Amino acid sequence: MTSLRGTGALTRLALRRDRVLLPIWIYTVGIIPVSLAVSFAHLYPTAADRTGFAATSARNGTFTALYGRLSGSSLGELVAWRGGFLPIVSGLLSLLVVIRHTRAEEEAGRRELIGSTAVGRQAGLAAALVVAFGANLGTALVTAVVLSLRGLPVAGSVAVGLEGAAAGWIFAAVGAVAAQLTAAAGAARGIAVGVLAASWAARIVGDRGGSVTPGGPGGALEWLSWVSPIGLVQRVHPYAGPSGARVWWVFGVAAGVAVALVAVAAALSARRDLGAGLLGDRLGPPAASSAFRSPWALAWRLHRGLLAAWVVGFALLGLVFGSVANGVTDLVGDNPGLRETFARLGGRQGLVDAYLATVMSLLGMIVAGYAIQAVLRLRAEEVSGRAEAVLASAVGRSRWAASHLVFAALGPTVAMLLAGTVTGLVHGAAAGRVGRETTHAVGAAAVELPAVAVLAALALALFGLAPRLWPVSWGALAGCLLLGVVGSGLNLSHWLVDVSPFTHTTRPPGGSVAATPLVVLGLLAATLAAAGLVGLRRRDLPTA
Amino acid sequence: MSDAIRADGLVKTFGATRALDGLDLTVRVGEVHGFLGPNGAGKSTTLRILLGLMRADAGRATVLGGEAWRDATALHRRLAYVPGDVTLWPNLSGGEAIDLLGRLRGGLDPRRRAELLDRFDLDPRRKARSYSKGNRQKVALVAALASNVELLMLDEPTSGLDPLMEEQFREVIREEQRRDGRTVLLSSHILAEVEALCARVTIIRGGRTVEAGSLDEMRHLTRTSVTADLTATADTAATAAGLAGLSGVHALSADGDRITFEVDAGALTPALARLAAAGVRGLVSRPPTLEELFLGRYDRGGDAPAWAPR
Repeated sequence: MTSLRGTGALTRLALRRDRVLLPIWIYTVGIIPVSLAVSFAHLYPTAADRTGFAATSARNGTFTALYGRLSGSSLGELVAWRGGFLPIVSGLLSLLVVIRHTRAEEEAGRRELIGSTAVGRQAGLAAALVVAFGANLGTALVTAVVLSLRGLPVAGSVAVGLEGAAAGWIFAAVGAVAAQLTAAAGAARGIAVGVLAASWAARIVGDRGGSVTPGGPGGALEWLSWVSPIGLVQRVHPYAGPSGARVWWVFGVAAGVAVALVAVAAALSARRDLGAGLLGDRLGPPAASSAFRSPWALAWRLHRGLLAAWVVGFALLGLVFGSVANGVTDLVGDNPGLRETFARLGGRQGLVDAYLATVMSLLGMIVAGYAIQAVLRLRAEEVSGRAEAVLASAVGRSRWAASHLVFAALGPTVAMLLAGTVTGLVHGAAAGRVGRETTHAVGAAAVELPAVAVLAALALALFGLAPRLWPVSWGALAGCLLLGVVGSGLNLSHWLVDVSPFTHTTRPPGGSVAATPLVVLGLLAATLAAAGLVGLRRRDLPTA
Repeated sequence: MSDAIRADGLVKTFGATRALDGLDLTVRVGEVHGFLGPNGAGKSTTLRILLGLMRADAGRATVLGGEAWRDATALHRRLAYVPGDVTLWPNLSGGEAIDLLGRLRGGLDPRRRAELLDRFDLDPRRKARSYSKGNRQKVALVAALASNVELLMLDEPTSGLDPLMEEQFREVIREEQRRDGRTVLLSSHILAEVEALCARVTIIRGGRTVEAGSLDEMRHLTRTSVTADLTATADTAATAAGLAGLSGVHALSADGDRITFEVDAGALTPALARLAAAGVRGLVSRPPTLEELFLGRYDRGGDAPAWAPR
């Protein structure tokens, strides 16, 4: 097996490069099921509560689209069902990691240096797959252990963990195949994510046609769910579904699919030249159009793909959340205890508004990721040396930075407002109050923007003043997510929760967002941004 | 204004590393100036300071009459820069990158662009991601050479080019000189290239200028190697002993009736007089190549040696 020589060394290299990412992935994805178990046990303490919830949820088409079909009403089955998005998350992370360590390395030219050493032709691919497979196994282990410790049946907990891992393995292999097809890592990611999206869509169509009672028979198109890797792994029924037994052999099928795809990737990889893809690179125009003459035009070229992806993604999320909003009142209507809880949380303006505020706060934190990504394009341009070419021309630093920052400011704003608009329109149309719901949803989206601006401005301040510390901006976002998603359940001190700018934009139970904190956040963002720009004007470029 | 570039006592430190340590550089308007030094000597750092991308900790840098840091953007309209390691936007075609870089500087000559693409044999339709290092360098060179600017700053511009393209590059630079007398600062460690193109050079080492001046002058100030075959009747041993007694004669060796030595310019006349007195059958004398100048500087750890008064 000389073609695999050096796999161990390359695996260690990949682990070294991902030493922050992998533990976060394994831990975060691994503990989500147990957090679901805790919240279900809290909200639906009795078997009767759970049966009622399951009956309503099984009728809700949007829930079926998001999570899959509900197979029963035990706590375990609710957790496995609600965690139905985890195979998609694992699949996405796995394909990204595999492409990062294969095609992206090759495109950057680093693979060439490695390839000239005593390392086998397939070692890079093998190492990437070892890392992705191992991370999924680690995630499964964390899930199985913490769910068992929580008191859920051990066999079922192992199966829940393996469900996500099996999807991860299949999509790691999909990523490996995609990485062989194109010369550009971006295009490979596009293909693999497209396969993931198609699998999800097939699973949605396959699951939607069936019975509306938990564990009832599937519809005529159920075969689509079996064909889809996402649907396939959900057919394990970890806590013994409708037939009364979990379907272990599904893992055999999933492993077979993964192995077959890996074999395809290895065969393609053995056949092609280093740096080349199987799909050819198209030629571009021999000269630039007359409009392509300013840093703004260049920034548009560099940012437009990202902008389009976020805008489309947020419009779709608006569609999903808007249609879920229609079901919120149904769900609660069946459960007096829950209605009381929600009424307390929702305050005077009602349940749906509380839901919208929660959803928009979550979207705000997600879109802050886009804002940070767009700001850090500046750093990527600097480190790659491309900024030097622009700054050695008659383009000053401020103008160069502004050309990118326009996208960091307007992109998230457009995505956020669009998500609010779509949510409001979809929900309003169903509820017969388009005007009111749209205004409320857009308002709920808009108040998140000052908090988004603070995180983007922090990234800019780091870029200008301490460019080596740019990862801190991602750490800040992770901190906000942690405080926002789990902080409220942990009874943390107010002082700590208040550190997150999103605490001040999310409507507190029974109240409305005060204007003063928004103004303060705006001023804070402006100060950080100004400090970053001043720092940028004074420092060396590039700063290694 | 006769100096296109003037740098005095530039100092630049990165943490504990002193990248530039009192570097001086003067480039006259209209000349092709060679900027020589081994890897890590501080050539690229100097260029970045001259471009106002980095700020010197001490010293002054003046480019085209303006202050390099303060007037950077305005100066960049009048100069073009080719970095040592050209990186391009992977999804732009070569042609788009050339046009963009040219336009960001204030425009480029379309006829010259077409001519250069042809001479450098570059396909402008290929996406930048598929270009080799040499092709990326050609993109930056075409964009720089086709720009209407007074000063070209080229950082090891031929390091990725094949010998044919290197020759083409030299040809183009010579034409530039003949046609409109543009100033060129050519950083390089390829001595033959500098020797072929530059009348004046600056040699740096460890962030410090060790030698600057015209090549002729430098040759004049350094040793010439001499091989003399004495006539059969001459007393080789005595002549050699006499030569050895002269200050400025080095590396002397005598073998049969052949004497070889190196001699400083100042000792050339007495040395030749001794040879003439002894009787010479054949004589070969060779001026030092740039390579010898270069090696001579580095062998001596950058301290100005006795034979090279500044």
